[in-house]
Amino acid sequence: MKARVHVMLKNGVLDPQGAAVKHALGALGFEGVEGVRQGKVIELDLADGATEAQVGEMCEKLLANTVIESYRIEML
Amino acid sequence: MKAAVVQFPGSNCDRDMAVALEASGADVQIVWHKDNGLPDGIDLVAIPGGFSFGDYLRCGAIAANSPVCRAIVDHAERGGYVLGVCNGFQVLTETGLLPGALLRNAGLKYICRTVGLKVETSASAYTEGYTAGSEIGVPIAHHDGNYFADDDVVTRLQGEDRVAFTYTDNPNGSRADIAGILSENRRVLGMMPHPERAFEESHGNTDGQRLFAGLMGQLASA
Repeated sequence: MKARVHVMLKNGVLDPQGAAVKHALGALGFEGVEGVRQGKVIELDLADGATEAQVGEMCEKLLANTVIESYRIEML
Repeated sequence: MKAAVVQFPGSNCDRDMAVALEASGADVQIVWHKDNGLPDGIDLVAIPGGFSFGDYLRCGAIAANSPVCRAIVDHAERGGYVLGVCNGFQVLTETGLLPGALLRNAGLKYICRTVGLKVETSASAYTEGYTAGSEIGVPIAHHDGNYFADDDVVTRLQGEDRVAFTYTDNPNGSRADIAGILSENRRVLGMMPHPERAFEESHGNTDGQRLFAGLMGQLASA
């Protein structure tokens, strides 16, 4: 089984990379992009029986830094 | 005074740190990230700058979960001294020994130059050699030095006199111009600027010397 973890900077934490992407889209002529936030996606291949709670613990301990990041888990 | 300098794959200021500590009078040992413990009788652990584990996942995140870091957290919790410079500061925030996190520089550029720092407090072993309020020049060399903590944490750091250094001209977007902070017991210091690169006459600037001298004085008399 697989799990997919989405890690994003929390709202209120400045995302300079997202801001640079937004600027670049504007420079390419794409109008109406009002905000860009950049995050990361981590895919885990897990042994059968793994639980979302276990993935949550992985997020808390390593995959996300909850001082600055939030995470969302998808069990696939 | 016995000091340990930690080496991770990707550390690149470990030798500079060891040279500065030795020149200040410390007996220095290098420890490897896979070591399960620290050598006996270590007073100070220095976590040097560099790009531990290639900055994979987040700067300092993999290093913070290495075997030697568990020993460093124990050392700090026993009241031991820990100095983290640059990547070392990032590692210390990832271990939770210091609050906050280091984000990508607000201008997105890697910055390598000498910056002005204001010494905010002389009440620590690291800063007692400076006059509070004085300005010094120390090099920075980082891509992720933008200190972030929420308002409550920043206010608490300021209220408890735990901001060691601020930038006189904020280069990276750090909240409250913070360049270095102390732990609650004032024995753990994390800072982005490199005092070990402002140490010898040949560096063109020796403003970092007093940090090491103060530390030696305090630890020798302990």
